[in-house]
Amino acid sequence: MAAYILRRLIATIPVMIVVALFVFFLLHLTPGDPAAVIAGDEATPADIEAVRRKLGLDRPIWEQFALYVWNLLRGDLGTSIFSNLPVLTLVKQRLEPSVVLAVSTLAVAVALAIPMGVLAAARARTAVDRIVMGFSVLGFAVPVFLVGYLLIYVFAIHLRWLPVQGYRPLSEGIVGTLRSIALPSLALGMTYMALIARITRASMLEVLSEDYIRTARAKGVSRPSILLRHALKNAAVPIVTVIGIGFALLISGVVITETVFNIPGLGRLTVDAILKRDYPIIQGLIILFAGAKVLVNLLVDISYTFFDPRIRQ
Amino acid sequence: MSITVRKSGARIAAILALAALTAMPALAETKTLKVTMHADVRTIDPFWTTQTIAGIHGMMVYDTLFSSDAELKPQPQMVDKWNVSEDRKVYTFTLRDGLKFHDGSPVTAKDVVASMNRWGKRDGAGKQLFNYTASLAAKDDKTFVWTLKEPYGLLIDTLAKTGTSVPFVMREKEAMVDPFKQIEDVVGSGPFMFKRDEWVPGSKTVYVKFKDYVPRKEPASGHAGGKVVKVDRVEFIWLSDPQTAQAALMAGEIDYLENPQPDFLPILEANPDIKLETHPAMGTMGILQLNHLHPPFNNVKARQAMLHIINPADFLNTIAADPKLQKLCYSYFGCGVAMETDAGSEPYKAPKDYKKAEALFKEAGYKGEPITILHATDHQYINPANLVMIQQLRKAGFLKLDVQAMDWGSVVARRAKKDPPANGGWNIFITGTTVLTSSSPITHTSIGMGCDKAWFGWPCDAKFEELRKAWAFAPDLDARKKIAVDISKRAYELVPYISFAQWRNPVAYRSDRISGVISVPSVPPMWNIEKK
Repeated sequence: MAAYILRRLIATIPVMIVVALFVFFLLHLTPGDPAAVIAGDEATPADIEAVRRKLGLDRPIWEQFALYVWNLLRGDLGTSIFSNLPVLTLVKQRLEPSVVLAVSTLAVAVALAIPMGVLAAARARTAVDRIVMGFSVLGFAVPVFLVGYLLIYVFAIHLRWLPVQGYRPLSEGIVGTLRSIALPSLALGMTYMALIARITRASMLEVLSEDYIRTARAKGVSRPSILLRHALKNAAVPIVTVIGIGFALLISGVVITETVFNIPGLGRLTVDAILKRDYPIIQGLIILFAGAKVLVNLLVDISYTFFDPRIRQ
Repeated sequence: MSITVRKSGARIAAILALAALTAMPALAETKTLKVTMHADVRTIDPFWTTQTIAGIHGMMVYDTLFSSDAELKPQPQMVDKWNVSEDRKVYTFTLRDGLKFHDGSPVTAKDVVASMNRWGKRDGAGKQLFNYTASLAAKDDKTFVWTLKEPYGLLIDTLAKTGTSVPFVMREKEAMVDPFKQIEDVVGSGPFMFKRDEWVPGSKTVYVKFKDYVPRKEPASGHAGGKVVKVDRVEFIWLSDPQTAQAALMAGEIDYLENPQPDFLPILEANPDIKLETHPAMGTMGILQLNHLHPPFNNVKARQAMLHIINPADFLNTIAADPKLQKLCYSYFGCGVAMETDAGSEPYKAPKDYKKAEALFKEAGYKGEPITILHATDHQYINPANLVMIQQLRKAGFLKLDVQAMDWGSVVARRAKKDPPANGGWNIFITGTTVLTSSSPITHTSIGMGCDKAWFGWPCDAKFEELRKAWAFAPDLDARKKIAVDISKRAYELVPYISFAQWRNPVAYRSDRISGVISVPSVPPMWNIEKK
């Protein structure tokens, strides 16, 4: 098992190198100029040129790339062109809200979607199944920002139960944090829930038609036991896979959700940096996101061995 | 068992109640103003960038020698008294008593001199002022002398400018930093102190009251008068989504919203707890910038032809549908300001005439070459303005358009390219400026026709620049107004750009929670505001 994990970890190194290369050159090929944004709308072309020189953006691309790689090797993600703060500091400031939002979304989605999918499979082709699948289609089709606005209108403006926006850090109390992320988690979790519920249903239906399930039924095993002990565990591999794939969905969803609910997380940091062409932040964040995605894939792969011991061989 | 649980529950409740009670006085004492500005404070050096948000941050933390009052007239702020020599070349200024930086050190004339020198290297109006400056020197700790080569008439007005690149006074230490490099420490002498440890760029910027600040005795008026701080803390909360910002104001999660989206104004207006505030000179002027370097707009006839196609009323109805916010303004300097004039605007005001426009384009040698338009699709008013312009140009029926959609970040990079449109350059892009900036021919960067030194589009006319200079040297307001008329006529003749009218952007605030909001055209001050 340890050798398997080590092999997988080593395999991530070339992935990260490709990501680093890709990010740098893609960004520098993208039109846009941070110097022009910094100098502002009233600045003359000469002012912009002077800012560009000061930032080192007039240096040859290979020189900028060499500096970028050298800094990366030293674990330095660079310094924001605009705020003059190290990218790592900015990431640390934003990490907690994003992690809390992602974890809570994942928890809400998994906790609700798996039972929904199991229920739909158990009551296949009944009204319950149709309601669950209807919700699933809706959850996947309605954009996150629209769900967000609707939730804000109902729960924050109309009922005044929850705040419209903002994030309360964990250090100020768990209740405040939960209140502040309740609506964003729900909005972001809708797509995720829809995806997991659908896959759970499909996977369960497949497993439920297997011979050993029929045997279990014939032996008189109770229905809940068949569903949860015998079927769900065997249906878990595709579900776990989709949870892992959904992580990328979660990252892109976080960007929108954090904007709508004003959560000061990594998603908003990314969007703001892209709009302003703050290269070091964009580069640093994409590398971090890529690293996180690789890590999640690794965890998913490891979890396969738990659900399906044949994979270990 | 249940008794034990109940007992511990009661104990916990008692502890929580006690904690709440002890926390209450502290909470009651701290008056925090929660504000959402039009942008986020991302840079802490107000000279390093001309972004207005940097000016707002600067106005919180730093003080100015002069300030503009509610009528946009300059008034002394850090300056106690000042005099000017008979030949209008030597200005002697004395700082008022009690001025202190946030680190406790006194503000001296040396700090002022260093700050003005740094600012003068970045700001357009500042550069102009320093072109006519013979020397600027500290005479003693509180006195400094500004000597001009010629009697440039705008020294005081320039020092009182608001909006972007305001001449703030920093400590000499920061003011000695290269103006193209960002300062590290924010230590001003203004009414608020910057809380660097609580700054989260892209999310929140916090300021606290500077207790040693000595306000002027006069009542607050515009940016002038006494800057009396009536709250303990101001939090700039950045809400990038306009819908969320509006909802946050309605729910009372913020007290003040600088730039509500025009679409939401009727909703805010209908709320009895929310007040909308405007200033006569408040607003934005649309700019349809033409590139003077390349065909067809390198020919004045093609630029004049555009006046017969572009209909500003359509732009207004799209950007700011509420008639109360619109101003069909034909003044290059904006309406509601001292220099307002529509001299020479007759062709623009006349009913649109596509045949005349076509004839003028032909005279300019236009043979159906594509006109490259840089269309920023991610901007609140620039995107709809582009759509209106494209529709109007298409309606004219004889122009071939090459519309290139991109984000605003790409437009600001692309517009700096002087290459022909086919090689990555451009013909037209749309932007805007504040009425405040355009109210003076000197601060109005985009009207300049200084050829290579001009703004993007690079208009070129020596006579126009002479007129701008004459305006700056005019001895009084009446003389300036007369020259402004000549400038306007020349501008309509040469069409450096096309202004597509003016619209107001009111600020919105919770009148049930705050009072004392000062009405200004731009860069809203946070002093004088009281939280109930």
